[in-house]
Formats: sequence, C-alpha cells, structure tokens
Amino acid sequence: MEKFTGKVWVLGDDIDTDIIIPTEYLALPTVEDMKQYGISPLRPELAGLIGEGDIIVAGKNFGCGSSREQAPEIIKALKVKCVIAKSFARIFFRNSINNGLLLIENDQIQDAVKEGDKIDVILGESITLNGQTYPIHSLPDNLMDIINAGGLVAAMKKRNGITE
Amino acid sequence: MGQTMIEKIISKNIGEENVTPGQIVTVNVDRVMIHDIFIPFVADKFEEMGFTKLWDPEKVVLIYDHLVPASAVEDIRHFKIGDAFVEKYGLTHIHRSDGICHQLMTECGYAKPGNIVFGTDSHTTTYGCVGCFSSGIGYTEMASILGTGQLWVRVPETIKVVIDGTLPENVSAKDIILRLIGDLGADGATYKVLEFSGSTVDNMSVASRMSMSNMAIEAGAKAALFAPDEKTAEYSQVNLSDVDWIFGDADASYCKTITYKAEELVPVVACPSQVDKIEDVKAVAGTKLDQVFIGSCTNGRLEDLEAAAKILEGKKVADYVKLIVTPASRKIYLEASKAGYLTTLAKAGAIITQPGCGLCCGRAGGILSDDEVILATNNRNFLGRMGTSKVKIYLGSPKTAAASAIAGEIVEA
Repeated sequence: MEKFTGKVWVLGDDIDTDIIIPTEYLALPTVEDMKQYGISPLRPELAGLIGEGDIIVAGKNFGCGSSREQAPEIIKALKVKCVIAKSFARIFFRNSINNGLLLIENDQIQDAVKEGDKIDVILGESITLNGQTYPIHSLPDNLMDIINAGGLVAAMKKRNGITE
Repeated sequence: MGQTMIEKIISKNIGEENVTPGQIVTVNVDRVMIHDIFIPFVADKFEEMGFTKLWDPEKVVLIYDHLVPASAVEDIRHFKIGDAFVEKYGLTHIHRSDGICHQLMTECGYAKPGNIVFGTDSHTTTYGCVGCFSSGIGYTEMASILGTGQLWVRVPETIKVVIDGTLPENVSAKDIILRLIGDLGADGATYKVLEFSGSTVDNMSVASRMSMSNMAIEAGAKAALFAPDEKTAEYSQVNLSDVDWIFGDADASYCKTITYKAEELVPVVACPSQVDKIEDVKAVAGTKLDQVFIGSCTNGRLEDLEAAAKILEGKKVADYVKLIVTPASRKIYLEASKAGYLTTLAKAGAIITQPGCGLCCGRAGGILSDDEVILATNNRNFLGRMGTSKVKIYLGSPKTAAASAIAGEIVEA
C-alpha cells in the first residue's frame, strides 16, 4: 500500500471552483499558465507557497460549483499530493479521478489540524496527524481501475490499442 | 416497490427491470453538449485518447456562449478550434451566437423527456425541467463519451420536494429554489437527485421549472427532475403518451421528503458569497446597489423579462444604478422585442445586451470592482465571479431585481 507524508495547507468549507481557478483565467492556453492564479480570490499568495508533495486539508463540499476540470488539474499542477476533505462535490470528484488527483474523505482531522502540520498517509488504510491515527476508506473498484490505468485518457488509450 | 423518476429513466436506458441507489451502471448517452470554454480541451483529449470518429455526430451539440461576442483576443482560439472540430468530425448541431447553451438545449429540442444527456457545464441539470436526466461532467469524460457513447453513473438516491398551493404575487420559482438551497445547504443534495412535485409545480410554466432545475447543482444535486405534463409535451414537441411513464411512483423509496406551502413562502436573496446564505428580502432591504442584472440561463426567459417589464413600465431605474438585461437566447430576444418588453425596459433605463452568458460568468458586459454591490438573477454569487473578490453579489428573482433597480437598493417587489 502506498505511503507518503506531506505538509498541510488548510482551507475551509465550500471551496468552490471559481476560487480554485476564476473564470477570467480559464481561456489561458494551458494549465501551467493558469496555475499561478490557483485559489487566488481567497489567498493570492498560496499558489507560490505550495510545494511538491504538500497536502490540502479542507472542510465540506470541496470543489463545488462549475464543471471546470482545470480545478483538479491546477491542484495537481501545483504538485499537491492529495486533498483531504470532509466531502467533495460530485463533478470535482469525477474530474479528480479522471486526472489522477488523489482525494481522501475524512471528517475527523479538521478541528485538530494546523497549517504546516505533517500528515502521514497509508492509502486505503489510514492517516496520521500529531500521533493520532484515523481510518480512511478505499475507492470503489471501477474508480480504482481508472486510477490504476493512470487516469481516463490512459484507460481510453488502452481501449483503443494505443501504446506509449 | 415502486421506482423514483431517476430509477425509471436509468432502468429504461440500460434495459433492466429496475435499478437500486448505489449500483454502478453504464448508460447509453442520448445527447451531449459542449460549450466554447471547454471545446479546446475536449478536442485535445479526444484525439489523445486515440479516437478517430464520433460515436454519433447527430448526438453532439456544440454551443458558443461564454465567449460570444469575444471580449479578449485569446477567446477567438476557442472558436477556431471548435470550427475545425465541427469540420473534421462532421458535427451538424452548432450554435455560434444563438444564446446560452442550457436555454438552447431544451428550446431546440436536443434534450427531451426521458433522455440521458451530459454537458461540459455544471448547470446541465437544467434539462430536468422536461424530465430529462442531465448532468454536468468534465472535458475528459466528455471526450470519452464522444468516442464510446457511454458513461458510468452511480444510481443516485432521491430527495422528494413537494410544493403545494398558490405562490404570493411577489414570489417566484427562483425564491422557491433559493429557499430550498438554503434549507439543504450547498452540499445538501450532493450525489443525489431532487424530484419536484405538488400543485404549485403542476401550475408552473416549463420556464419556471427550468430556473429551479438550473440551480439544483447549487445544492450539489446530480439532477433535478419534473414529471412531464401537457405543458412539457407541447414545449418539447413530444406526445404526452410517449413520456407519461416518467414520474415517481407513490411507493418509491426516497431518502428524504421536504414539503413547502406556497402561501408561506416569501421573496428571498442569496447573500454574498454563498448560494446557500439565504435571507428574506425584508431582512436585507435597504442595501444600496450599484448594479442589477436580469438574465442568464436561470432567469433570462420571456416570463422573466415580462415580469421585469411590468414592474419597470413607466418607471426609471435609480440614476446611480446600471440595470443590465440579457435575454437567454435570440428566440427570447425576438419574442421580448415583439411583445414590447425590450422597449419598456430600455425606456426605464436598462442596458439590453446580446443573448449569452455575459456577466454571469464574469467575463464581459458589466464586471464590477471592490466594494460594489450587485443584485443579480443568475445562479452563482461566488467570490470573484463578477469582477474582483471584493464585489458583493446578491441573487434574487427578476421581480425583486426589477423593483430594487428602481429603488436603488434591495426591496421587496
């Protein structure tokens, strides 16, 4: 089972996709061009501070709002390892799976966590924060199939007989 | 055990007797909608996946609305890529300036009762107004549907919403859906379907039902369904006898039932900057406004423009307020023109814009700056949506918007 540790950035409830990437930047040519504006309406400095392997911890309904797939893509482009939230909005959840962004549902750590804390994750098993361990669920099989294929594009390539 | 509307639609689609919430099934898609913002990404992913033809060009609709007319030179790239995609893959359903995607999908009959439709915009839930299971998806999933014609879905649970009685004169369908979102919370229907019924709903126009199904996503819902009736059959140009199987059975299983008495409802607004932060209009009355927006796929239809025109007839918009009116489609624009509503609104001081997404998605036609306040009839008041992150956006009905535009501050109609 994959294990990793990451530094935490804390966000609140109902972080919507307009916050993750405002509409005005959606016509920029690539996600790389857009990523500097990630989460800018709420915290303009954050995109510059997030480092590779960091973890975002948020409240309920993370990713609510529009269907823009750039939202999970930007979080991935900022090299965030995973998002841990109390719950995720439906379209954001599907988009994240299809782009290989790891999401973990947990509603127990939010009160205890502080920005800069370290979290240890064992996928499909548990997360550990400040010495306290919390169980987490694994994803349904059909979603793991997409993730294991490397995302939906890779899964479709395989279907169409395209090899890298 | 009976079935909910969504269970019936999915069962029929996959040729099963019944389905149960939680079950994961692969559905056959009846129609898809792609809009200008995402066509470059859909086209890229489609080819990267190795597809060389669409599963069925007849079932694909491409609509330019968020970027029409272009307000930045980069926007043109989306039209060029879209046009090239149309040419290369033989699309026949393309709308380059006819109006907002969600209006056109039902208005042009692309989304019909009992269909399963997916779109690249989150407000794709709108087509539930005619009893169509429609939902928003991302561009990667859209690309896979274009190649395969299929998508996996988890059969959702259903929340039954019953509204009975006669609405007070100054209360609209918009007030009902805002009240419901406030009661459910922005995530209260996540992964679930809202199924509407009751005498208030029966007496509503398809347009009013549309403003409710449009906003279902603001409570996280996967779909929002209204059983087709005579009005639906006429609007969607189908025989009622072909679609009258689409209703929730009396003994179906619902995860929750919410009931409202229409007579007890009052005009409400969603306050900055959450759609579920609902207050009675009375509670925020007196809030000074810089701008009012009547339009969008939520409330840019003929009945909305009519309601606004009736209130603004012979009156003037407060001199410091800019009132922006955006019909949802060219068809509505022409109907409103013919009925004299546009003239009435313009005489009252309104700025009438071209049909399209315009101000709602914050790209053009009235963006605002720090500390400015707007009352708008669209579906989202998120931070930064209509300009800077310090703009305050209130959401309300066209009646509330029109009355407030005259007063220069939020008031009840």
